[in-house]
Amino acid sequence: MPAKNSKVSVVSKPAMAINEHVVEIISDSGEGAQKCGQSFASIAAKMGNGIWTVEIIPAEIQPPARSIEGASGNRIRLAADRVTNGGDKANLMVAFNEQVLLGRLHADELADGAIILLESKWRTDPNAAVAKSYSNVYERLVADGFKPIEVPMETECLKLVADARRGKNMFVLGLLCSIYSLDMQLARDQISTIFKKKSAKIISANHSLLEAGYDWAEANLDIKFKIPTTPAKEPHIVINGNTALGLGVMASGMEVCAMYPITPATSASHYLSDVFKNVGGVVHQAEDEIAACAFAIGSSYAGKCAVTITSGPGYSLKQECIGLAVMAEIPLVVINVQRGGPSTGQPTKPEQGDMLTAVFGSHGDAPKVVMAATDIEDCFYSVITARRIAETFNTVVVLLSDAGLATAQQPCPRPEFSEDWLAPPIDQSPVEDGRLAYDWQLQTGRVNRIIPGQPNGMHTVTGLAHDRRSCVAYNLTVNKEGVRNRSLKLAALQKTLKTPPVFGDDTGELLVVGWGSTKGAIEEAVQRVRNDGYSVSSLHLRFIQPMASGIKEILQRFDKVLCVENNWSDDMEDDLITEDNRRYSNLAWLLRARSLVDIDCWGEVGEQPIKPGTVERVIRDRLAPRAINKTAPNRAAAGRH
Amino acid sequence: MAVRATDLLLSSGDEEHTLEEYEGRMPRWCTGCGDLAILAAVQKLCRDKQLNREKVVFVSGIGCSSRFPHYMGTYGFHGLHGRALPVAEGVKMRRPDLDVFVNTGDGDCCSIGAAHWMHATRYNMNMTVMMHDNNIYGLTKKQASPTSPKGTRSNTTPRGSDLDAFDPLAATLGMSNLSFVAQAVDWIPELLYKIIKQGYEHRGFSFIRILQRCPEFMPNRFEACVQDPDKLLLLTHKNGIELSPGLAKVYKNQKEHDPLDLVGAQEIAGTSERVPVGILYRNDSVPCYEDLRQPTELITPQLIRKGLETELDKFTIWPSD
Repeated sequence: MPAKNSKVSVVSKPAMAINEHVVEIISDSGEGAQKCGQSFASIAAKMGNGIWTVEIIPAEIQPPARSIEGASGNRIRLAADRVTNGGDKANLMVAFNEQVLLGRLHADELADGAIILLESKWRTDPNAAVAKSYSNVYERLVADGFKPIEVPMETECLKLVADARRGKNMFVLGLLCSIYSLDMQLARDQISTIFKKKSAKIISANHSLLEAGYDWAEANLDIKFKIPTTPAKEPHIVINGNTALGLGVMASGMEVCAMYPITPATSASHYLSDVFKNVGGVVHQAEDEIAACAFAIGSSYAGKCAVTITSGPGYSLKQECIGLAVMAEIPLVVINVQRGGPSTGQPTKPEQGDMLTAVFGSHGDAPKVVMAATDIEDCFYSVITARRIAETFNTVVVLLSDAGLATAQQPCPRPEFSEDWLAPPIDQSPVEDGRLAYDWQLQTGRVNRIIPGQPNGMHTVTGLAHDRRSCVAYNLTVNKEGVRNRSLKLAALQKTLKTPPVFGDDTGELLVVGWGSTKGAIEEAVQRVRNDGYSVSSLHLRFIQPMASGIKEILQRFDKVLCVENNWSDDMEDDLITEDNRRYSNLAWLLRARSLVDIDCWGEVGEQPIKPGTVERVIRDRLAPRAINKTAPNRAAAGRH
Repeated sequence: MAVRATDLLLSSGDEEHTLEEYEGRMPRWCTGCGDLAILAAVQKLCRDKQLNREKVVFVSGIGCSSRFPHYMGTYGFHGLHGRALPVAEGVKMRRPDLDVFVNTGDGDCCSIGAAHWMHATRYNMNMTVMMHDNNIYGLTKKQASPTSPKGTRSNTTPRGSDLDAFDPLAATLGMSNLSFVAQAVDWIPELLYKIIKQGYEHRGFSFIRILQRCPEFMPNRFEACVQDPDKLLLLTHKNGIELSPGLAKVYKNQKEHDPLDLVGAQEIAGTSERVPVGILYRNDSVPCYEDLRQPTELITPQLIRKGLETELDKFTIWPSD
């Protein structure tokens, strides 16, 4: 669609049909690349493209301008069909300066022959060092075989606004609308929406910038793509994983969220703080992570099942409280949006490093349910499931997400609210004579909880070992009864879990096993190698503890089993690493112990979610015989048992 | 509100509650322990107020003091060391119908849980907090606590503790959003009862430090005060504690102190050579956090549906046809 008032007044150039592209827009922090990227993705999603967006976030609020570590932006995977992950390297990159671009180049994020659109103002920067840096990077790009296109963003924007720094992002949005043949009316609507709290003047200025970008591209660029669209027949919502968690909390009927600020979990609480009150809920920002968890436990104890939302370091701090909730059998939902660890680690980077902490955390035997959301939609439904399990079994349910899911956006079918998602009103009826506080059921270990306010049910819960009356147990056999019953509950829950489906054939040469947020990337990689005729399947776990039955049998049907995870595992190619001392990835440890299958693993502790191309390479590598000189007799022999 | 509606269901019968109804398990404190006096005063208060036992929750941390809930015939929550206050806040947040009491000790409150104490004061949720201060760790068998006087010999300070004692009264009187601070002693039951009662009647965070004798590990700590009434300073006021003629006769050191006078309270706490007993500060006009954060509408499935649908609308892409 030609832009209004276009001087060029061209009929759009013919567009090259492509199936998908990965686009990155990067700038200094504060220049609005995020907003540009999100808008671009929204417009494409509305037209019916599959999208997945990934935020590129600097660790600091105001990192130095024009610095590699300060790169801020958005990666958008745009496809004809639904996509389940952020895809591979970028096919097109828009950079607001050469330094942020350099960062992406160092990170090896550009595909061969990627199109680069680079702000050209730096070439003539009055600071000679800046101009030199720019031309050096430009030369390097050319030497590397790229054909960078210089775009006079600043010059063009200054024709319309006084401060180009605040307008460039919408100019770039116009560029991208032209390049990807997006609907300009949708783009104008998008701008009206995102600036709806601003004045008409500001909206109008941004519309002009958008159109200027579009016109400039039409007049000066000879690249134009069209990715086929399939307009949705059902309503979809476009949200990120943390918003999905927040919506899930609202939909689960929980009334209290107690939290303490921590990256990358906080945006879920930000969202809830804004809207939770509309369903009667309250977000309590506690004085620390421990208090947040204790507050949630108090609220749950009083009959209002509560959630606490945190990330790695906060999760560590909550361990004693989690043990208390397990011991006293108080329902509690703990959401851990994992980040790079240990310690403060990499706050804005994704990692799946907390699974074993979640499973084994807190001292003593503290059995708790551990779930991992597999995609953005699953973040929503998992909270609802977690609340229900917590209240059915009066125990702690840990829900793991991660920094990748937290900020990634994807369209998902709009949920249809069901009253079944909510807990029934709290029981305040008198307790029948003879019923004890912990009437552990013989078969399931379950207890029907008594809530303060119920006449005839008075008792004192305690973190000390206790008997059925909740009296402190000074007798070892009494303690054993409690330990057994708390463990039994997980077995009872396990009986209700379905064996997860195998992606691909039920038997074959290699089974890739993953959990949580890597589902999309793993399945895409498996599909690619299957298309090439490889005998590879995958299995993805959502329930980590308890783990559904039938998994061992699946593992045994494959010649090799490989866990692929976004966490550390020693590489057998390292000189010092042997079968004897290798530290496995989280799930591999657990699955090896559960199944006695000799499972191999591959992990990545990187800056980004695992890419399908990386998994694909690992699979191909594992299927090819590797030359390893070390004595490792059974290393690759996860044979048929 | 859903919770309040259930109150109707729970209205008690006409029978009078007896003292025995408020008794729980048999206390396992040592003979002569000051906690026993606190327990007696609290049980009497519950009886005098005719509290419905099922509507009362005693929350505690860890330590000798924190066994308290087990000895009450009400609901109780005996949790983690230092974390009684955040648990109690969570209980109260959406259950304003429950009476919440907290029992904590000098280690629990002033050491491992000190941060929670400061913030609980600021939240000002309606609960009665008794800080049993025996100046020593008892349950772990005699280690110096923050309130142990300098020179206290204990298992961790065999040559005497090095630091001056931490002053919980001065500390709490410096905290923000303060609404009730009092000090009591376990050996004057009448005053102990009156002070806890005023704490209970105050709507807000009522912090009561109770000097409590530990005959096992600090046998002589308060002995001088017990023996010599002159070592105490009784705070009296028509808006605070009014002494019975009997007490007034024994305890001659009295000071007229208006509980609204914060500066006066700080002076008494910080400078008095005598142990002040009574209401140091009370301000009834501080809003309670749970009131500020109450839902504005009755929470029903319809409300949740409406709220959720409104949110989903914000993110929805509708089919174009």
